[in-house]
Amino acid sequence: MTAATRSFPGAGALRETGRLCALGIDVVVNTFRRPFQTREFIQQCWFIASVTILPTALVAIPFGAIVALQLGTLIVQLGAQSFTGAASVLAIIQQAAPLVTALLVAGAGGSAICADIGSRTIREEIDAMEVLGVSPVQRLIVPRVLAAMLVAVLLNGLVSVVGVMGGYFFNVVLQGGTPGAYLASFSALAQLPDLWISELKALIFGFIAGVVAAYRGLNPKGGPKGVGDAVNQSVVITFLLLFFVNFVLTAVYLQVVPAKGS
Amino acid sequence: MGAEVVVEGLTKSFGNQAIWRDVTLTLPPGEVSVMLGPSGTGKSVFLKSMIGLLKPDRGRCVVNGVDIVTCSEAKLYEVRKLFGVLFQDGALFGSMNLYDNVAFPLREHTRKSEAEIKRIVLDKLELTGLQGAERKLPGEISGGMRKRAGLARALVLDPEIILCDEPDSGLDPVRTAYLSQLLIDLNAQIDATILIVTHNINLARTVPDNLGMLFRKELVMFGPREVLLTSDEPVVEQFLNGRRIGPIGMSEEKDAAQMAQEAAHAAAGHSDGSSEEDLRGIVAQLEPTPGLPERKAVRRRKDRVMQVLHSLPAAAREGIIASLTHEDRLRYGLTAPSPRPAHDDTQEIPVWPGGRP
Repeated sequence: MTAATRSFPGAGALRETGRLCALGIDVVVNTFRRPFQTREFIQQCWFIASVTILPTALVAIPFGAIVALQLGTLIVQLGAQSFTGAASVLAIIQQAAPLVTALLVAGAGGSAICADIGSRTIREEIDAMEVLGVSPVQRLIVPRVLAAMLVAVLLNGLVSVVGVMGGYFFNVVLQGGTPGAYLASFSALAQLPDLWISELKALIFGFIAGVVAAYRGLNPKGGPKGVGDAVNQSVVITFLLLFFVNFVLTAVYLQVVPAKGS
Repeated sequence: MGAEVVVEGLTKSFGNQAIWRDVTLTLPPGEVSVMLGPSGTGKSVFLKSMIGLLKPDRGRCVVNGVDIVTCSEAKLYEVRKLFGVLFQDGALFGSMNLYDNVAFPLREHTRKSEAEIKRIVLDKLELTGLQGAERKLPGEISGGMRKRAGLARALVLDPEIILCDEPDSGLDPVRTAYLSQLLIDLNAQIDATILIVTHNINLARTVPDNLGMLFRKELVMFGPREVLLTSDEPVVEQFLNGRRIGPIGMSEEKDAAQMAQEAAHAAAGHSDGSSEEDLRGIVAQLEPTPGLPERKAVRRRKDRVMQVLHSLPAAAREGIIASLTHEDRLRYGLTAPSPRPAHDDTQEIPVWPGGRP
């Protein structure tokens, strides 16, 4: 930087955050720039889906189960067995599904994106692309981020279904709950906006995972080892951001949308 | 004719570490220039700053009236279409085969039909001696082939400015010679402005019209090749001859003690391994392959150099005058008798009167 740039503790972190945000805005702007890279987008969707579907489903089942088990015992103690279904549906759809989805999109999809972009950067492919007058953001990053978002939304649905089914299985088969009560209480507490916020969260988490992976991939520090570090960092940064954003979204949602029946 | 590139007061540093300061030079349109410099003097950084991949701290770099340092991103992408850049390792797209790599700029920026693209791509691949390798992936070919493919890709859009980052690194001397010839032939054919960044002495002596050298965080000199090739500057002398004796050390600069010690060793008859022959002096410049059009840059450069002749160092002046043909002498109104037959200006002409100083 120029001599005029003064440095103070935390300046580096602020700068990185600023650049990350700038890339995010760039991605949004370039999304609307023609020509859209349809081919790349479909390939990336397929790739991210193929590396995430199975692990997501496998994680969703035990996740539904622990929610059901934990809530089951708690609710029996409180004497509100009839609401087991409602509580587990709320927990899974609103919190568990978007988070599980995002963790896997970031961990499996994001790390692959970061490694791919990172190795292209150190091979000067990104530079070459820029010099050839093609914007790497528009050409490479936008399709990847959009793919991560789409896959996150779709996976979110999968996790919701698999998680609720897992919860149902454990509640009915292992804890001796009544199938009818479990299903009937679904609509007692849960409402449609719960599903919307769930999908919205997944969408935003997908975006964050994609942008962070791309950002770290575009800025690896020094050589092949830097790419490895960048992948590592991208996953860690994404996780941190996800939980923080999830907290903010949940807080806002609970304020804005009144709980059912209140 | 290629575009002119004007660099003014360009300064770049990474953090507190200055890379180079106040680099000012003009790449004359359509001419071939070479930037020399020891490893690690920021030659590649200079090249990347010129195309806006790195942002210099200060200064301007004007191409076709657009300042690359300050212009908007949209403008930058527009200007970059004038450039063809050969990166050190070719920078091919690893996921595409050579054909698609070379076709990439055409598919992105032109509305040409696939048949037309195929014709152009195969033409450029043949030019760089890669026919038959179209379907290979960059990972499956040698470094030299990658480099040549990178050059082919840089050429498909008929650029006005060609930048080459160490075209010789990783190539054997014979292939380097062919590559040098290719660059000169290209210049003759499309009259593009060419800048080659290298530390290959042979290439620097025979290829360019203009030579520059970066050292110790600044541009030591830049000008007509005769100036640098006959220069008295210790850095230039050491570099051209590839010796240890001189101001350039292993880590960029030497301290006085080490310089004195090395000088003492040399004085005591301890050979430093470099040849006794002084490689400075003006050697014949590479010419386009017979059958190709003449390089228009040669005439333009002569006109330009003759205008500033009086401001050049004596050795360079003598060299330039000695290399003029009879017609040239008449054209520039030099009445001095021709010391040798007019067509003989392709021979090596010793212009360093005193030998090694």
